[in-house]
Amino acid sequence: MKEEIIIAGFGGQGVLSMGKILAYSGLMDDKEVTWMPSYGPEQRGGTANVTVILSDEKISSPVLDSYDIVIALNQQSLDKFAPKVKPGGILIFDTNGIHNRPNRTDIEIYPIDAMDATLEIGNSKAYNMVVMGALLEAMPYKLPMENVIRGLKKSLPERHHKLIPLNEKAIEKGREILKK
Amino acid sequence: MKEEVRLMKGNEAIAHAAIRFGFDGYFGYPITPQSEVLETLEELMPWETTGMTVLQAESEVAAINMVYGGAASGKAVMTSSSSPGVSLKQEGISYIAAASLPALILNVMRGGPGLGTIQPSQADYFQATKGGGHGDYHLIVLAPSTVQEMVDFVGLGMDLAFKYCTPSMILADGIVGQMMEKVVLPEQRPRRTEEEIRKQCPWAADGRKGGRKRNVVTSLELESSRMEVINHQLQERYREIEKNETRWEEIDVEGADYLIVAFGSIARICTKAKEMAAEKGIKIGIVRPITLWPFPTDAIRKAAEGKKGILCVELNAGQMIEDVRLAVHDAIPVEHFGRLGGIIPSPDEVVVALEEKLINK
Repeated sequence: MKEEIIIAGFGGQGVLSMGKILAYSGLMDDKEVTWMPSYGPEQRGGTANVTVILSDEKISSPVLDSYDIVIALNQQSLDKFAPKVKPGGILIFDTNGIHNRPNRTDIEIYPIDAMDATLEIGNSKAYNMVVMGALLEAMPYKLPMENVIRGLKKSLPERHHKLIPLNEKAIEKGREILKK
Repeated sequence: MKEEVRLMKGNEAIAHAAIRFGFDGYFGYPITPQSEVLETLEELMPWETTGMTVLQAESEVAAINMVYGGAASGKAVMTSSSSPGVSLKQEGISYIAAASLPALILNVMRGGPGLGTIQPSQADYFQATKGGGHGDYHLIVLAPSTVQEMVDFVGLGMDLAFKYCTPSMILADGIVGQMMEKVVLPEQRPRRTEEEIRKQCPWAADGRKGGRKRNVVTSLELESSRMEVINHQLQERYREIEKNETRWEEIDVEGADYLIVAFGSIARICTKAKEMAAEKGIKIGIVRPITLWPFPTDAIRKAAEGKKGILCVELNAGQMIEDVRLAVHDAIPVEHFGRLGGIIPSPDEVVVALEEKLINK
């Protein structure tokens, strides 16, 4: 098993922390993991992305040319990374603010309305966990939910552990919207 | 603290490792991409647990001179910075080397020259391995490629520094500093007691106790004949280090047609490139120098035997390639590929470079 994933969007959308929770969840499921962020000024409002690799074996390069799964949360990220999905791979994108949709036919494409789903939950901060839910549903590697919860606990400081049920709810919501 | 498996950034791992390996002090000044070292230490507050001192100095120059002072009293001390900050420390590093003191310096390299960029680079190879500061000295230079090696080299770097009474450097880059990986943190090693320090470091200027003769730690010797002797002593020690401490990793060298030499995180990008090239029928072996000084000259010479060419992949304009060419005496073609200014090459670019520069030439 090996999943090479990039999550890309605006700074502030929770891209890096979603990657961290995903990586920690993989670690809890006894996988080798790497989490490689774009770092620097882009964290302050520009585009941000993070490459997460989950694997049964030792991981060579933390930097990649192409991905099994691309998650694009704005138009720039979609334009940049949609062509980098491996043939047969998966592209998930948030339809919010997207005017040019990808037209590849050799990959699975899942448009989701994660912002609307987040508003239904009633806490906009859970946005990235809705996206995470969609990813967990679409990903061929089935990460057990108990290990995702353990990953959440490890990633969040203890004072935020009261938010774990909200995050769980958001992940479930994300799974639902992907199934639609 | 017991052994523990965690997910963390290379920089955070350095901070945990410094505490767990029983360091007495860290002196630093923030700079991207390594500010998490100081931040993590401040968060962990080791002064309340192991008694380790953590201090944000007023500048990089102050920090390295605090390291000089701590080292002179036999303490296990370290500093960290990134390229422009490490340039500022060079005078102090030369003094520490000349005074034959153990210390650990971490450089998480960013793109230069000048203030440059905050993105990853390996352009301080020359500075780290060929002196950096003035005079005939060397640092033991360790190049980590994983977060685990960031941890391990804190312990190894300090042990070698004490073994040879010379400063060591961990030469990392922004990739391994900023990325998160699974890491096993070692069990807590207790800090040495005053008595243990006196036994291990009889030269330490730690206050005259028990009527011993006065210890003087200095890098100044105005008598040239004496200074020459000191230089010869340093050189003898460097030969000893070259003999005992050269480290490298070889990946599928046997049976390969081409060789890639790369260090740090770039060696991992090259490992992926090797896998991609294998799909095209191109057989590549990799030599990853772990110590950049002492350089694995003999290992590279042996690995190069029977190969059609060497590609030296570095995030700079061609620095380590000089040592690689010296190793093989241009017996086979040696070419360089690198990106500059903070750009990270993709594995695919490495394959294309190998094809263009060596295979289709």
